[in-house]
Amino acid sequence: MAEKIKVAVAGNPNVGKTTIFNALTGARQKIGNWPGVTVEKKEGTKKHKGHVLEIVDLPGTYSLSAYSADEVVARDYIIDEKPDVVVQVLDSTNLERNLYLTSQLLEMGTNLVLALNMSDRAEMRGDDIDIPRLESLLGVSAIKTVANEGGGIEALLDSIVSKTESNPPKPHEIGYGKTVEEKICALEDILGNDTELTKHYPARWMAVKLLEGDENVLSKLSSSNIEGKVQNYLSGFDNEEYEVEMADKRYEFIGALLPQVCTTCAEDVSPSDMVDKVVTNKYLGIPIFLSLMWGMFELTFALGTPFMGLIGKFFGWLGGAVAANIESAWLASLLGDGIIAGVCSVLLFVPNIFILFFAIALLENSGYMARAAFIMDKLMYKMGLQGKSFIPMLMGFGCSVPAIMATRTLEDEKDRLITMLVTPFMSCGARLPVYILLAGTFFGREAGSVIFGLYVLGILVAILSAKLFRTFIAKGQPSPFIMELPPYTRPSLVNSLLYMWNQGYLYLKKVGTVIIGGVMLVWVLAYFPQGVEYGSAESLIGSLGQLIEPLVAPLGFDWKIAVALIFGVVAKEIVVGSLGTLYGTGGGESLSPALLADPSFSPAIALGLMVFTLLYVPCFGAVAVIKKETGSWKWMFFQAAYSTAVAWVLALVTVLVANLVL
Amino acid sequence: MTSKIPLSMFPSGQACQICDVCAGKGLKRRLVEMGLTPESIIQPLGCNRGSLLISVNGSRYALGRGMANKIMVQPVYEEVPQFG
Repeated sequence: MAEKIKVAVAGNPNVGKTTIFNALTGARQKIGNWPGVTVEKKEGTKKHKGHVLEIVDLPGTYSLSAYSADEVVARDYIIDEKPDVVVQVLDSTNLERNLYLTSQLLEMGTNLVLALNMSDRAEMRGDDIDIPRLESLLGVSAIKTVANEGGGIEALLDSIVSKTESNPPKPHEIGYGKTVEEKICALEDILGNDTELTKHYPARWMAVKLLEGDENVLSKLSSSNIEGKVQNYLSGFDNEEYEVEMADKRYEFIGALLPQVCTTCAEDVSPSDMVDKVVTNKYLGIPIFLSLMWGMFELTFALGTPFMGLIGKFFGWLGGAVAANIESAWLASLLGDGIIAGVCSVLLFVPNIFILFFAIALLENSGYMARAAFIMDKLMYKMGLQGKSFIPMLMGFGCSVPAIMATRTLEDEKDRLITMLVTPFMSCGARLPVYILLAGTFFGREAGSVIFGLYVLGILVAILSAKLFRTFIAKGQPSPFIMELPPYTRPSLVNSLLYMWNQGYLYLKKVGTVIIGGVMLVWVLAYFPQGVEYGSAESLIGSLGQLIEPLVAPLGFDWKIAVALIFGVVAKEIVVGSLGTLYGTGGGESLSPALLADPSFSPAIALGLMVFTLLYVPCFGAVAVIKKETGSWKWMFFQAAYSTAVAWVLALVTVLVANLVL
Repeated sequence: MTSKIPLSMFPSGQACQICDVCAGKGLKRRLVEMGLTPESIIQPLGCNRGSLLISVNGSRYALGRGMANKIMVQPVYEEVPQFG
């Protein structure tokens, strides 16, 4: 019978933890190069030598002292779920800092396997790590790995399995010096009175955490009758001074250990630093960043176009075949005008979306994202945020939902709230079809630049809104900015393709569910009541559109656009999908000529519509995640109302200016 | 003679040593956990509109000016400076 083994993967940010997780499970999951890419708990299973490993990827953390939301997640999992084995992934080129987390894991009494990752890099510069000595000194298993080439993964799996067969370890003790140790002993004595508690958590570990002023551990005592005693004891002295001292003692422990197990060679200025000299240059940094972004969108547009032609041809043929072969008029209309036209107008952009996600994956995996945060720090600070907030915002180019979740790496609550509120202004992949359709139709060769301009507008609105929120809502200073910069790596093709596929797959799934549903609803409303001309002003949808038309009439939008925008709240691709259905173009690229032929459309209106789509209330998914992450309806409604108001005003300005200029 | 000054005021391009961090306990410990341990040597790598790029113990960090204000440093000398 297969035996289940619970495995948790822990480690510092940027050590290749997610790559190890991918290699262990073969799971399709994104990897990144900057702190906190793993915002959610990710699980995978692996069969190995008759055992079933249930592997959980924990967020990357420097320690387990619960400084940010990520660390709390990681620590609570280890404490509460008690995994059979914890695999800590370490950066072999920076053992000192990585072993800090190891020391904390050992104190918790975990069954620990160390994966010494990037061992090739350490060996290349001449480091020598004495594995058996490290194992015997710490009482752990250690395996050298090169995760991005799959090196050492088999050995790691073997080691995980054999670790469960050995005796559980005795929690490792680090000496904290006489004064602290006395207090630890006293606390251990008090804790010992509650056997229920000490059965769950090692007493010494709890004592250490209490001395460090750990709120989280303190709250675990709340149901125990010894809480009063502990509080009483802790209030007898000022434990602030011990906190940093205890951290220092851990480093002392590591400092004593390291020379015994490892000879390191000093590193010269690395190639990474040379790149950084250029990329983060005071004058070149921002132009380089903008050029990369511009290149990314040009590429998205240029490479996608031939595929769009093919997909358009296919749907054109399909639409024709349906019209020719289906007798029932209403069914032919549902399939042709409704589903095929609607779905096609969205599916047309799948190649672009895939290319965009691929480009984002390349930027992330190469390590450039963290540099972008650094370059933008000064600007972000002026706008009331810190550089780190820029990373979730950049992720927002892909999809707002994971981007909003990625704000969990921000330690300060106000920083986090503001970042969540402004991230939806970053133009996500779902808005791209709207731009490609409209810019491609009305701006021809300038389309790439128009789209780039929309992305820049999104960034500007986001940071100006941040300034506004910082001034009026979440007053105060942004928290000080510090972030580790991962070394540049050649982005792995496989990982980038996996990321692209995962994200693109979600997009396809959305087309298959939400968007088909949306366009069918639009079709029903456009077809009925019986007898009216399809999609005309007399149909249900025409009435609905005319009802809300006055709201957008000042922008020059007619009722068809109004309807498309209403349905676009479900998912922004539906703006295009409903236009496709409303114009009943039967698929293909024929939506473009239909729009060109419609007198109520003009380049100015198209620009206004793109600006409106960019900025107005984010899709249901994003709104729901704002509610979840802020834990408040208030902020959700605030965000929705604020963004719609901004969209309305800026779209109006755009249309007015464009009418003058174009 | 050594004098402690904030990292943000330190002449750029020269290595220095962390002596102290003027911050609350949470941030102080955070820096230690991230590898910016007391007495570490800071190698400056670059500066961009007040934000710093530094190398400490083999890792690269980006710091905002606010953070650089909190880190007190002193110069390091390869050799003991000779007087007279």
